[in-house]
Amino acid sequence: MSTAALLEVKGLQVAFGGKTVVRGVDFNIQAGEKLALVGESGSGKTVTALSLLKLALNADVQGQARFDGQDLMQLSERQLRGVRGSDIAMIFQEPMTALNPLYTVGNQIAEVLQLKQALSARDALQAAVELIAKTGIPEAARRAQAYPHQLSGGQRQRAMIAMALACKPRLLLADEPTTALDVTVRGQILDLLTDLQRETGMAVLLITHDLHLVRKFADRVAVMEQGHLVEQGPVDTVFANPQHAYTRKLLASRPERNVVERLAATDNAAPSAVIEAAAVNVAYPVPLPGFKGWFRQGQFDAVKNANFVLRPGLTLGIVGESGSGKSTLALAALGLLPFTGALHLTGQTWSRDAQANKALRRAVQVVFQDPFSSLSPRMTVEEIVGEGLVVHAPELNAAARRSQVLKALEEVGLDEVQFPGLLARYPHEFSGGQRQRLAVARALIVQPQVLVLDEPTSALDVTIQKQVLALLQRLQREKGLSYLLITHDVDVIRAMAHDVIVMKDGDIVESGTVEQVLDAPQNPYTQRLVAAAQ
Amino acid sequence: MTDSTNPSAPPSLGPSRRAWLRFKRNRLGFWSLVIFCTLVVLSLFAEVISNDKPLVVRYQGQFYYPLVNDYPETTFGGDFLTPTDYLDPFIREKINADGNWAIFPINPYGANTLNYFAKEPNPSRPTRDNWLGTDDRGRDLLAQLIYGFRLNVLFGLALTVIGVFLGVLTGAIQGFFGGKTDLFFQRFIEVWTSMPELYLLIIFSAVFAPSVSLLLILLSLFGWMGLSDYVRAEFLRNRQMDYVRAARALGVDNWRIMWRHILPNSMTPVVSFLPFRMSAAILALTSLDFLGLGVPPGTPSLGELLSQGKNSIDAWWISLSTFAVLVVTLLLLTFMGDALRDALDPRKAAQ
Repeated sequence: MSTAALLEVKGLQVAFGGKTVVRGVDFNIQAGEKLALVGESGSGKTVTALSLLKLALNADVQGQARFDGQDLMQLSERQLRGVRGSDIAMIFQEPMTALNPLYTVGNQIAEVLQLKQALSARDALQAAVELIAKTGIPEAARRAQAYPHQLSGGQRQRAMIAMALACKPRLLLADEPTTALDVTVRGQILDLLTDLQRETGMAVLLITHDLHLVRKFADRVAVMEQGHLVEQGPVDTVFANPQHAYTRKLLASRPERNVVERLAATDNAAPSAVIEAAAVNVAYPVPLPGFKGWFRQGQFDAVKNANFVLRPGLTLGIVGESGSGKSTLALAALGLLPFTGALHLTGQTWSRDAQANKALRRAVQVVFQDPFSSLSPRMTVEEIVGEGLVVHAPELNAAARRSQVLKALEEVGLDEVQFPGLLARYPHEFSGGQRQRLAVARALIVQPQVLVLDEPTSALDVTIQKQVLALLQRLQREKGLSYLLITHDVDVIRAMAHDVIVMKDGDIVESGTVEQVLDAPQNPYTQRLVAAAQ
Repeated sequence: MTDSTNPSAPPSLGPSRRAWLRFKRNRLGFWSLVIFCTLVVLSLFAEVISNDKPLVVRYQGQFYYPLVNDYPETTFGGDFLTPTDYLDPFIREKINADGNWAIFPINPYGANTLNYFAKEPNPSRPTRDNWLGTDDRGRDLLAQLIYGFRLNVLFGLALTVIGVFLGVLTGAIQGFFGGKTDLFFQRFIEVWTSMPELYLLIIFSAVFAPSVSLLLILLSLFGWMGLSDYVRAEFLRNRQMDYVRAARALGVDNWRIMWRHILPNSMTPVVSFLPFRMSAAILALTSLDFLGLGVPPGTPSLGELLSQGKNSIDAWWISLSTFAVLVVTLLLLTFMGDALRDALDPRKAAQ
């Protein structure tokens, strides 16, 4: 009896409308154990966790999940409600949507306590404040009165954790608990989870795609691929000696550096620059609070006094967390936002006249983060990729344009052999990585000198990220492109960049070559950023 | 999301083509569309279906086409030089005697034909001659319904087209440019909406000679605001999307971005509201006619028939058949609207 697992999942199958997404998964969690469920998006890891509590909507669930001797799958909805929250609790990826925006966080936590532990309203609120204090939010009593939007992302996730732990569950399901957070905050949340786990002795099922997280946090790891559990075992064993091909692929997905390194001589001989920014400022108008806002507008400085240089054929990485102004800087460099200061691109600068900007538009192109919103769903591949030619080479006829489109698609690794009727297809038929290739092809067709890459791989799975980065590296080698690479991911910077600038709250806090900045960071913020990525 | 989507599959259909297939799968909506289109097309040929003139006359070895030309009565052996009344029993006799013949439309009455030779007092109940009876002036009801349906539907269609054009144009400009343009337009729309439409109609119908085109212009002036708001919201949402930014970065000009990038992605509310807008337009004309503020007197229209039905309540065939036509028309449009809304709903699309 003592060896019986806390949770014993056997032959779990989940299907949505006849389409099976989890195909026979078996795993156990012992009391107090930390198991990580790893896989890429679409592998079925979140659905597995949700269906343990029958929280997956419209799902057809089969198999067994014995929690403490009773099969969760056989419980009635009423009995399950007793289990949810008190025995098994859950925290979600995005705390902004997981918390109700209309109630204070204190109220929401107190509600759980009132329901599950039949505390009086006053006692529950008192207990909620204690829980909030325990998760490391300063001024807990005041913070309990705050609404979710008044807290920072990290604090919201802490409040979610406080809520999940309110009834001292024996199993915590943590679904990508740090993915929506900034890198430096991730570490803190993970430390908090580790501390609380040690203190309460609960078991944790951590669902994640982040291998750093697994290595730091979990005892055992289970790897999922397309609904199958392909490998499980102690973290050290699996990481040191992966058995399954997919696990090996996942472990090898850290991006590799394969770029043309800068020649030592160019450092001295006053090299040319494709982008040269001096004292660039970008400000947004913001409404002022109260009646003051009726008469004038406030100003939010998104980028303050930015100076940087992008050398031809090299990559300048801009690294920072959300809200640091790095994407704003990219939009200003693209001439899509008004700015003050001097910004010279290939010797020219943006003017207010659209006609005058035309040549410069051709020289500077962009690839955005989200491959799903960056391609119009109602245009075909030919229309999307060919658009730049319509604008910049209107003299081409349809046939000439088509052959150039095909050439650009071939350069990014998409061809007719792979996709019959490629040109007539719509974006929804392509996966995230393939869409990102389409976005690169759209930018390349006008033969730009500079490519602004705004988080080009953040929305992609790790194995796909590696492929897309390799593609970008190859294109740089072949065409001598210069990249302005915006990212929050230090691994990507390490693989791609020659020079780096670090941004925080609109300021450039550190800049230099990639070796200087990443190997010997001077600024405390940079040091934290680099440390968080280890 | 892995990089292994079934590559060998043939290219699938575009978004609008898929929406059409989903629309077709809704049998009620699809058949409503088929029936409605058939009715509209038939009513376009109303002159051939219901007219007081024969289609062809063979008289004394010669062909006559009364639909195209007017012939005086003397042509067919009558006494006067006035245009022939082909319903006159004397002329009928002439045309059908001695190897002469004529092909009459299925319903041998026009919209304004007065049957001077009716055997029943006006309004006449349904008889062998007047299948749905006549109104209080002796005009054939079936003919009136056919012409009235045509007028109402064409009017509704024109009003919808103009409203969509104005609504999309103004909504697009507001949503795309935003800022001060948007602010100005929004205030203008608020002022414009507060104008009392009905009083304006009454005033205008007193000042100008009432006509269908005047009514169309007046109703169009007030028919675009609702749609404008929807299109504005869609444009505000879509102009933030990365594909619009990417197009800007490519140097695509504003009009092309609006036309090629944002508009196709903003059409869902426009298209799914079309049938509902059209039924609202038909109903608007009907109610104005009912109040006597609509089309000029003598023009066949459903609203005018309804008010006749109200005035002669004993003549049940007038109100009942007009009501039936109106209900069927609006019902068909509503079914189409439901099907269209489902076809364009992305959540239903996933299933």
